[in-house]
Amino acid sequence: MKGLITMDDLTNEDIHSILADAERLLPVARGESYLPLLQGKILGNLFFEPSTRTRMSFETAMKRLGGDVVNLGDVKTSSVVKGETLFDTIQMVDGYTDIIAMRHPRQGAARYAQDAARVPILNGGDGAGHHPTQTMLDLFTIQQSHGTLEGLTVILAGDLRYGRTVHSLSHALVRFGCRLIFASPDLLRMPTEIVEDLREHGADVTETEDLLGNINQADVVYMTRIQKERFADEDEYAKVAGAYKLHARDLANVKSEMVILHPLPRVDEIHPSVDETRHARYFEQAFNGVVARMALLCRLLNIEVPAKIPGGDA
Amino acid sequence: MAEEHNMRRVTAIKNGTVIDHIPSGQALKVLELLNLSGDTSVPVSLVMNVPSKKMGAKDIIKVEDRELTQSELDRLALVAPDSSIAIIRVYSVAEKLNVNLGDEVRNVVRCTFSNCITQNPREPLPHRLKVIRTAPLALRCHYCQRPQDLDELVLNLL
Ligand SMILES: Nc1ncnc2c1ncn2[C@@H]1O[C@H](COP(=O)(O)OP(=O)(O)OP(=O)(O)O)[C@@H](O)[C@H]1O
Ligand SMILES: [Mg+2]
Ligand SMILES: [Zn+2]
Repeated sequence: MKGLITMDDLTNEDIHSILADAERLLPVARGESYLPLLQGKILGNLFFEPSTRTRMSFETAMKRLGGDVVNLGDVKTSSVVKGETLFDTIQMVDGYTDIIAMRHPRQGAARYAQDAARVPILNGGDGAGHHPTQTMLDLFTIQQSHGTLEGLTVILAGDLRYGRTVHSLSHALVRFGCRLIFASPDLLRMPTEIVEDLREHGADVTETEDLLGNINQADVVYMTRIQKERFADEDEYAKVAGAYKLHARDLANVKSEMVILHPLPRVDEIHPSVDETRHARYFEQAFNGVVARMALLCRLLNIEVPAKIPGGDA
Repeated sequence: MAEEHNMRRVTAIKNGTVIDHIPSGQALKVLELLNLSGDTSVPVSLVMNVPSKKMGAKDIIKVEDRELTQSELDRLALVAPDSSIAIIRVYSVAEKLNVNLGDEVRNVVRCTFSNCITQNPREPLPHRLKVIRTAPLALRCHYCQRPQDLDELVLNLL
């Protein structure tokens, strides 16, 4: 594996061992232990599209491990706006850095960049394509909650049509034998070709418009934001989106170990009353973005994460 | 003997290339794929919709005074993967060639997905479509991984 462009670049074995590395790196991510594994290494952050969480967590991950970061800066003021090709931008950054994290509005941009680069590329989102580092932190959070990835029942709810995080995550969960329930308004259903592809891989997939009617079966509920702009008018949006909002009172009969995830930012699809429940896991999930990316940076830079980390309990 | 007869629908050529067994109606696309449609320096004869035992009906193209290369002919994979090619020297068949699809169609067409990174004509890396299946033909963009609509694809010739 050179870079991480899609989850297909990782075997199940790779996933397990990277998640295990991430687990051991937790004290380092929390700042309780300093472990400069990436000292002398430079990460190039190439975000051609705005991102707060992904860009910051890459930066934090690199710095927690003693590495350094250079940023592309605002696309509006960089050479990109002068019409520089992605190929040329990559040639430059490739020479400045040891590894590149990138997000680009066009699909396929990360693969293209990897073909143009000498250093590994970490795809932080390419159009409606892939976002594998998000998938890794989602998997990490699920495994942390349930002790396993195998055989869980996972509801993915909200905008399943445009949300690239749910596409990558679905493919990954199916590789671990999870049962998937897709709960969305008809307009925002999971693309047919993805559902077909998952079923061809032997997946047990159910599509429904009813989130609350299925929530009691779930081990994991993965919520996403439904954007107003997807609907013809405000009324249509209000009518449909209400069914994909969670309130603490909806959780009365759910499994006690069920966890709720959300890639954030949320608007009002998860009511603050849920934050207080044992099921809320989205803030840990956001924090886990750092530790998952630390493990991925080490893996792609061929730096081994020690079996025992000072300050860790493992 | 039927084939022999069809051949004579067009005068025999002295030197050049014959592309036979093109699916009926695809001859003009084949010319386009070979960049011969705008080329006024080469005599080209077309026969369209002639009866064929093998295919029901077929098109035939004869290009005079040019021996098309294997890599030029491989471009035909999109519209005429089963065509048979004869290189003619001094009125007789000197060599026979077939279209070779391989596992990738490189720099022949641009991906059909409107938001693919390869839509920027200034990006220099090759256009690459992976062959997922040959019969029926299924292609996927190496970069964006979108499956390609073949009807739309032939409009995207480079
Ligand atoms: N001198 C020529 N001028 C024009 N066309 C020719 C000439 N010689 C052969 N051809 C054509 O080239 C093709 C291949 O010639 P060949 O003699 O191998 O025919 P064939 O027996 O039909 O072969 P195949 O098994 O490929 O169908 C045929 O379509 C034939 O009509
Ligand atoms: Mg014949
Ligand atoms: Zn493409």
